[in-house]
Amino acid sequence: MIETASPQKTALFDLHVAQGGRMVDFAGYELPVQFSGIVAEHEHTRTQASLFDVSHMGQITVSGDDDLTTLSALEAIFPGNLKNLKPGGMRYTVLLNENGGIEDDLIVTRPADGQAAKGTIFIVVNAARKHHDLAVMQLELGGQLSFELHEEKSLLALQGPMAATVLSNLCDAPLKLSFMQSMPANIKGIACQVSRCGYTGEDGFELSVASGTAAKLAQVLYEDERVQPAGLGARDSLRLEAGLCLYGHDMNDEIDPVSANILFAIGKQRRTDGGFVGDDAILSLIKQGVKNTRVGIVFEGRMPVREGAQIINNEGKQIGTITSGTFGPTFGAPIAMGYVPAAMADIGTPISALVRGKSVTGRVTQLPFVPQNYARKPGI
Amino acid sequence: MNKIVYTEDHEYINAQGTTATIGISNYAQEQLGDIVYVELPAVGTSFKKGDEIAVVESVKAASEIYAPADFTVTEINPALEADPAQVNSDAMGAGWLMKGTLENASQLEELMDETAYATHIA
Repeated sequence: MIETASPQKTALFDLHVAQGGRMVDFAGYELPVQFSGIVAEHEHTRTQASLFDVSHMGQITVSGDDDLTTLSALEAIFPGNLKNLKPGGMRYTVLLNENGGIEDDLIVTRPADGQAAKGTIFIVVNAARKHHDLAVMQLELGGQLSFELHEEKSLLALQGPMAATVLSNLCDAPLKLSFMQSMPANIKGIACQVSRCGYTGEDGFELSVASGTAAKLAQVLYEDERVQPAGLGARDSLRLEAGLCLYGHDMNDEIDPVSANILFAIGKQRRTDGGFVGDDAILSLIKQGVKNTRVGIVFEGRMPVREGAQIINNEGKQIGTITSGTFGPTFGAPIAMGYVPAAMADIGTPISALVRGKSVTGRVTQLPFVPQNYARKPGI
Repeated sequence: MNKIVYTEDHEYINAQGTTATIGISNYAQEQLGDIVYVELPAVGTSFKKGDEIAVVESVKAASEIYAPADFTVTEINPALEADPAQVNSDAMGAGWLMKGTLENASQLEELMDETAYATHIA
């Protein structure tokens, strides 16, 4: 893996700077952490539509003989049920190691009919893991499939309850797609792939586009006054309120998907059949139960309880750890996710955490903190 | 006659004799972004210059605030518990953090005046 010393610029860098973005180095990319302010951007995403630059994420194309052959082969390394993906269908799953630890979380997309060469499958992975993932895929499946990481593509995420209305003025994708479906589109002459997904808990779309036309596409979207730029800060508070895990924080290569409470990343039949890297570990965890599990916690008062804070028992002994936490702008209270002993995972269980040496009280709370607002059927 | 001086870490003291109001500069609140929580010390606590006196938290991070001089806390801003965003909207005014009695007013001479601070953040 080659890491460049100075962070890379995305195709939207100049636009971010012109819009007043405060740029930071994130996973090797210069990206905006905020524009007008995290809370304002967060609220705008919950009520209107925000545009996020997620071009740092890894866009990988997998090629095989035909769609089913490629998907079947990928099932050897991903526990998701991929073979039953329909054309234009998308699936959230994970890459596991032999111990069942999560190497990355990702989305597999089967292109719509006629969109790509037979046997082509798209995968989007986390920025910090893309070279690692590519190496693992090539090592495990290089004999049957070929893999290409598209550094020349950008990825824009239009998120919020107005996203579908905004996009429907530019293409018919919102009328054709429901949550976790994807299709090619042409927006004012710009070819892109539109997927109805995102990581904010709101309805929204991710637009994959050649980097050469990415800034133009963003400008077209900004012509609609309802669309405002949003940065990494709002992206983080939005996904936490939506109860979504962030790789490297709420999950890592020592945490398995059963403990992480993302069993939906593993196909139902595959939870008994196995047939994927890490299956021995996962199947036995499903059978025997996990020691610790990820829960949502709401704390009393206003003080944020952040990543790394110890969860303690009545004797002050550490029994768990907070993996994400902030003051939820929409929720209006300190919210967090963390790992606790499985016996303490029931909704309403009192939780104590240590912040700057002081104990704060909270309760295990249903995830998501803020209801998800996904489009269960096509339309606006 | 009020005297406003700043530290390199962006705290300010607005002093009248040995009576001081302490807060963070407008520049500091801009850098921190939306403030969601402010942790303040107990009235009566004495601090030495450089001691941690408060924590100001944004959505993104927690930032420690340090004593700009030796002082004893006489009052904390009661409005910040319900509305910490006052630090954003009026850092130098209604968003003050605490008031106190300076032990040694001559310590203010070591800090930056408005002009020097403007150069410091430029």
